[in-house]
Amino acid sequence: MRVHLKIWRQKNARTEGAFAEYDLDNVSHEMSFLEMLDVLNEQLISGGQEPVAFDSDCREGICGMCGVMINGEAHGPQRGTATCQLHMRKFSDGAHITVEPWRSRSFPVNKDLSVDRSALDRIIEAGGYITAPTGSAPEANLIPVPKEVSDAAFDAAACIGCGACVAACPNGAANLFTAAKIAHLNLLPQGQPERWSRVVRMVETMEDHFGSCTNYGECQAACPKEISIDYIAYMNRDFVKAQLKNRRLIAQRG
Amino acid sequence: MTSATSTPVRTRRNLPWPIAFYQTAVGKKWVMAVTGIILLGFVLVHMVGNLKMYLGETDLNKYGVALREIGGDLVPHTSILWAVRSLLILAFVLHIHAAATLTAMNRKARPVGYKGGRHYVAANYAARTMRMTGVIVLLYLLFHLMDLTWGNANPNFVHGEPYHNVVESFSRAPVAVVYIIANILLGIHIYHGAWSMFQSLGWNNPRINAARRWFATAFAALIVIGNVSMPIAVLAGVVS
Repeated sequence: MRVHLKIWRQKNARTEGAFAEYDLDNVSHEMSFLEMLDVLNEQLISGGQEPVAFDSDCREGICGMCGVMINGEAHGPQRGTATCQLHMRKFSDGAHITVEPWRSRSFPVNKDLSVDRSALDRIIEAGGYITAPTGSAPEANLIPVPKEVSDAAFDAAACIGCGACVAACPNGAANLFTAAKIAHLNLLPQGQPERWSRVVRMVETMEDHFGSCTNYGECQAACPKEISIDYIAYMNRDFVKAQLKNRRLIAQRG
Repeated sequence: MTSATSTPVRTRRNLPWPIAFYQTAVGKKWVMAVTGIILLGFVLVHMVGNLKMYLGETDLNKYGVALREIGGDLVPHTSILWAVRSLLILAFVLHIHAAATLTAMNRKARPVGYKGGRHYVAANYAARTMRMTGVIVLLYLLFHLMDLTWGNANPNFVHGEPYHNVVESFSRAPVAVVYIIANILLGIHIYHGAWSMFQSLGWNNPRINAARRWFATAFAALIVIGNVSMPIAVLAGVVS
């Protein structure tokens, strides 16, 4: 199959970018979207041109490195998959495909389609951890967890931190990412000691970098792990509760 | 290669917790939901009360007097009415202030938009037009007060005779059309707001998600049907 590509080219965060157009023949419908970009890059390199920079690593939908805006949709038209799991069979022969990087104030463009998502790391640093003694792993069955709770925490923990929620959000908000990271610890017994400080610190750090939630639901539709916006409600609930809980802790300290 | 990492948009100061809470976006959305509930309550009671129009002139005019006399002789005349009005004004101010500041925050979050365009897959028309419907409803509210409370937009206004004033107002076809359109937009605003508030308050869980959609749709439909019926009834001559 043939495709006509319109790809964002940008030297670095300080320069202006622009779309460049490329025609690609002999694309197999069994290629993944990233393999199609690999073919384009081989063509560019053999023609003495600069290849298109894009991020990828595992290419099986679990690492969270890849991710581009394809025809105005984060990770493209297929639901519940990352860009690496999108196959060219989803496009028709002769399709016009527009590829753009994630757009957010806090995701500066490194080069072309690659953006710097380290603002998400700032949110994790603010509370995305638990206090645990080092050493050998404790016996897993010592702490009972109800099945429903462990399932809910696991669904939240499926977040691969790709940033598609930020990219898809009309407000550039990172609420789905932050909510997933908070829920996967706050739901479990191991996450309880830091529960109330975690939610406050992670929400505040999130808001230092990103926009706010208006409940559009675009993030949930774009998420390659199909994480539900119900977790955002859970984060909001814990954040409001924390306003009182944290006061009480301070009061008890005298 | 030099990296261009993100720096925080704003810095925080230590403030008393209700103010610090309101300074966060999650806190602002909570305030928007709470004030939204107050305003939904007002819109519902206002609509139900005005339906007294269909019972005739005496009933509607007596209802108007009764609003001023809530509390009877126990409290100063119109004091309860003014207490409710103060709460509503506060709710309006907070609702609008939160919306305006969050909008400014969100504009800053994506200074460079998608040059190749966006394709929305989940955000419905109501959600995407909240700011527009909100502003139009606010302008309509000011007109509505001038028309039927203060009377300066209604040439035949007689203070203390709501039935007469309503009929005089809605008999002007362009005015009736403004009321009809504004109330449909109010319904669209409510369709998203009454669903969204559960999310902002953190009250929802997967079990009630379907019920939330149903509740918001029914609430919006009830308000639109009730409010739009009145100008139509006057225009059609059912009420005169």
